[in-house]
Amino acid sequence: MIGRLLLLLLAFAPASLLAVEPKLVPDVSQRKIQIQSGFTGERLLLFGAIIYPRGIVPKDRVDVAIILRGPSQAITLREKQQIAGIWVNADSSDFRSAPAYYAIASSQPLDKIVDAKTAAIYELGLERMQLSPSGEIVGAEQRRFIKGLVALNKKQGLYRQDDQSVEITDDVLYRAYLDIPSSVPVGTYVAETLLIRDGRIIVADDNVEIEIQKTGFEQFVTVMADKYSLIYGLFAVFISLALGWIAGSIFRRI
Amino acid sequence: MDIYLPIANLSVNAFVIIMLGCGVGILSGMFGVGGGFLTTPLLIFYGIPPTVAAASASTQVTGSSVSGVFAHLKRDGVDFQMGSVLIVGGLFGTLFGAGLFALLERLGQIDTVINILYVLMLGGIGGMMAKESWQSVQASRGGQPLPPRKKRHHPLVASLPLRWRFYKSGLYISPLAPLILGFVTGIMTMLLGVGGGFIMVPAMLYLLGMGARVVVGTSLFQILFVTISSTLMHSLTTKAVDIVLTVFLLLGGVVGAQIGARLAQRMRPDYLRLMLSGIVLLVALRMALGLGWQPDEIYTVQIL
Repeated sequence: MIGRLLLLLLAFAPASLLAVEPKLVPDVSQRKIQIQSGFTGERLLLFGAIIYPRGIVPKDRVDVAIILRGPSQAITLREKQQIAGIWVNADSSDFRSAPAYYAIASSQPLDKIVDAKTAAIYELGLERMQLSPSGEIVGAEQRRFIKGLVALNKKQGLYRQDDQSVEITDDVLYRAYLDIPSSVPVGTYVAETLLIRDGRIIVADDNVEIEIQKTGFEQFVTVMADKYSLIYGLFAVFISLALGWIAGSIFRRI
Repeated sequence: MDIYLPIANLSVNAFVIIMLGCGVGILSGMFGVGGGFLTTPLLIFYGIPPTVAAASASTQVTGSSVSGVFAHLKRDGVDFQMGSVLIVGGLFGTLFGAGLFALLERLGQIDTVINILYVLMLGGIGGMMAKESWQSVQASRGGQPLPPRKKRHHPLVASLPLRWRFYKSGLYISPLAPLILGFVTGIMTMLLGVGGGFIMVPAMLYLLGMGARVVVGTSLFQILFVTISSTLMHSLTTKAVDIVLTVFLLLGGVVGAQIGARLAQRMRPDYLRLMLSGIVLLVALRMALGLGWQPDEIYTVQIL
């Protein structure tokens, strides 16, 4: 009797109680990327599980988008134009916060899974990144520069957008590979995972951080060059003198 | 084998860099030039940022000129007095060059200026050298070598005040002339990562009228000190000297230089100069075309 009552209660429980949003448990294959002498870039696996309340997988299809963002940089972007037959930097635009690296992966093309407004709010996609241009803002010109920056960084593998690279297994497990080229700057990279249903973002999680740093010799060289410039310079001179002299004296004997 | 360059912040193929160093080394050993004028553009073509390329190439020139300096010292082929004046000019040149570099970088015009300077300098000197060596090759083929050039300094040099006697060079001229020459090459070293030997040697011969016996040794002597100074200057200002890149360039370069020096002994000097001028003109032509062609990348990023 009590059991039946409970069942009944559950069946009539307010919809809001049942429709507790699912939870995301994201993770990444590597929390730390160490740049060493053989570093040629890295392939990161970003994966995780979607935990539904009480383990019931709803019938509606869900989509997942993953964004990996590198540290923001203030940059000047220069544009070459042909002046008197020569290509010179003629125009420039400043951006206060351009991500050094930005990759977005999704389970379906972005415009199919979210509407334009949501995409703009969450800065989904390369053309919607907020770069905080500074200086006089002229809309069309600004857009031209942003397009140029995106194209340039895409070519270098620093900006990427892959519309079908998130695989979802049984609506529960998801995973995506993101490639990081060797030319990325060091810093903290944040991975944001978005769970999307019916064009709405129902869960967003940005708790996964990846630290990219130089280690050992590479870090030593960078720190020396930056902080102890004079010693570094003297050492560079010394080593080139020594190599030149050694080679000279070896060859004199042959 | 891929190797990560900690200052350039990218990974390159170590083998390619060593071969590049070796190739340039062979040429520099053959022709007695530092080879920086080839290293810097080749590194830029390979994808190294221009500033890192220029800074590291000048460090490499230090290494490739040191054994040459020793060789010339041994046979008393260095005019220390002339060398010192040149070096003083060169040190001021690198200082001035560092300021110029920073200014041009801020204006965003450093790569254009580097390219234009290369075209003008290489084109001018390559052209002069080609003409001169072609005439001398033709003349020796015809059986009657050109009459030896009269050793005489340029009238402009003669008009400068305050004359000094440079015994080893066999000159009685104003020290202002080598001082200015050193100053100009110092700027070039800082901006272009070249040692300046290919400006210095013709200028010493044809402008100052120095005795040929001490020209190469004295030029190498000044290059050694000026590239040391520009390495330090780059370390302190642009922080763009990549020691890993330099070491790999040197590994190939120092070996190449020795091979080149041996090859040079078997060749006639006129033909050597003709070949060098051909290479110099090719680099100049490539750079000139690069200025006019639409570049692959219209946009460049400068981190603030």
